[in-house]
Amino acid sequence: MESKGWFYVGLIILLLLVATALFAPALTAYDPAQQNLENDLLLYSSEHPLGTDKLGRDILSRTVYGGRISLFVGVTTVAISVFVGLVVGSLSGYFGGWADQTLMRVIDVLLAFPGILLAIAITAVLGPGLSHVILALCLIGWTSYARLVRGEILSLRETEFVQAAHALGCNAPRVIFIHLLPNLLPPLLIQATFGMAAAIIGEGSLSFLGLGVEPPTPSWGSMLNEGRQFLLVAPHLTTYPGLAIMITVLGLNLVGDALQDRLQARGR
Amino acid sequence: MKRYLLQRLLLLLPTLLGALTLVFLLIHLIPGDPVEVMLGETATAADKEGLRRSLGLDRPLAAQYGSFLTGLLSGDLGRSLSEQIGVADLIRARVPATIELTLCAMTVALGLSFILALLAAMYKGSWIDRIALFFSLLGLSMPNFWLGPLLMIVFSILLGWLPVSGRGGLDHLILPSLTLGLAMAAILTRILRVNLLRAVREDYVRTARAKGLSESQVWLKHTLRNALLSVITIVSLQFGSLLAGAIITETIFSWPGVGRLTVQAIQTRDYPLVQGCVLVIAVSYLLVNFLTDIFYHLIDPRIVYGK
Repeated sequence: MESKGWFYVGLIILLLLVATALFAPALTAYDPAQQNLENDLLLYSSEHPLGTDKLGRDILSRTVYGGRISLFVGVTTVAISVFVGLVVGSLSGYFGGWADQTLMRVIDVLLAFPGILLAIAITAVLGPGLSHVILALCLIGWTSYARLVRGEILSLRETEFVQAAHALGCNAPRVIFIHLLPNLLPPLLIQATFGMAAAIIGEGSLSFLGLGVEPPTPSWGSMLNEGRQFLLVAPHLTTYPGLAIMITVLGLNLVGDALQDRLQARGR
Repeated sequence: MKRYLLQRLLLLLPTLLGALTLVFLLIHLIPGDPVEVMLGETATAADKEGLRRSLGLDRPLAAQYGSFLTGLLSGDLGRSLSEQIGVADLIRARVPATIELTLCAMTVALGLSFILALLAAMYKGSWIDRIALFFSLLGLSMPNFWLGPLLMIVFSILLGWLPVSGRGGLDHLILPSLTLGLAMAAILTRILRVNLLRAVREDYVRTARAKGLSESQVWLKHTLRNALLSVITIVSLQFGSLLAGAIITETIFSWPGVGRLTVQAIQTRDYPLVQGCVLVIAVSYLLVNFLTDIFYHLIDPRIVYGK
């Protein structure tokens, strides 16, 4: 299948996911936190098509509501990170000088912590919770956007249309927001797509380690963590939330890949 | 070479100092009283005072920072609250297990990606190529905290071929290495495939074919060798992901490494140990990147800092 085809596959996956998260109350028959100890660890029943967990909670409801958390974390983290990265990267790339050097060194320090190590350390210190997870993921997330924006602005700064804008008397904010920003949007959009996948996996990782969303709020990562203790008797507890994460990230990667291919083809 | 080394060192030192400062500040970022967070609300005032004094938290921040840096120079990472022994000793005992797992995961990743990328590039557009690309997309989309339990269900519980957890013989290494190495294999497969396809269009490959070399010789001796350079950088960058990923993989498989120690330290609120583990992982990552840059410069002297 061509890249366009994969783009639509990814887009359909994401649209279905958003629709499921938005209409979660209509799609599920049970409250995700509702316990029923008489029906614990069911593999399948007509009332609970995906079974129940150790507290008798409906896995389907928890998986659907867990999608809300993942999407919320993904969208919020990316929105904040893009905003911070855009501001920092623009100022750094456009004005240069000591501010640029300082900001780049700050980014170097933050990138000295591999993967989500810093996020793990921050949530370990601050304690679990949705806001702490988003804060930790944003703290490592904005750096990649800032680097991207800075690099793009450095290469665009000397182009003719920017020189022309300067010659016409445009001030710095006008040059950045009216002339440079539209050129930054395509690479930013691609980065944001992959960033969202990374944020969803990041939230899942933190919740899996018990540092993410606090119970009884359902999250795919915390469901996997809870299910891990029952691998021998109830492997379905880990199967569904794991599949949900994989399909979501796959959708985002397909869209991101297709957009990247399109941008590269346009560049050639 | 000397100039390059000096430039890289000058760049490394401030980053290293920044990372150390950030790790130091983490323990002081705890909202409220850090001692109360560590001991819990039920601790007596005497216990809190004792811990505050033993951690040096009763001293000014600058003095604590000075002691922290001096301690680091002599290899002192503080004292574990839960184990009551030196943090450095605890970490040192766990390092071999993490190195063993990381190296095996890297071997898995390199082996798998070399085979898949080579086959995909040799048979571009065929079903082999499609399978390799699908595998790499799947590997990128599958988080290790799901892949681990999944492999465990299939190979340990259903088939009974491999041990569920723990460290032991080679059989204990297979599932954790696969869990940790698969994402890296996926990334490497994509990059190596693109590089191979680019390299195979070069003139020297055409010359090799014109000389009458077999296809396997053309691919293995000429194309692959030239496509490898970029892989070194990716492997170095991915080494960091392996170290971070080891935290989750070691937790899943009860692998007694630094990653599991970090999680145990978090669970017991042993903050000096958390600080030590994070510090060791970050510094290892920085050093590996530094060594890779040097190695990269050695094998291709055209690479100069800043260009």
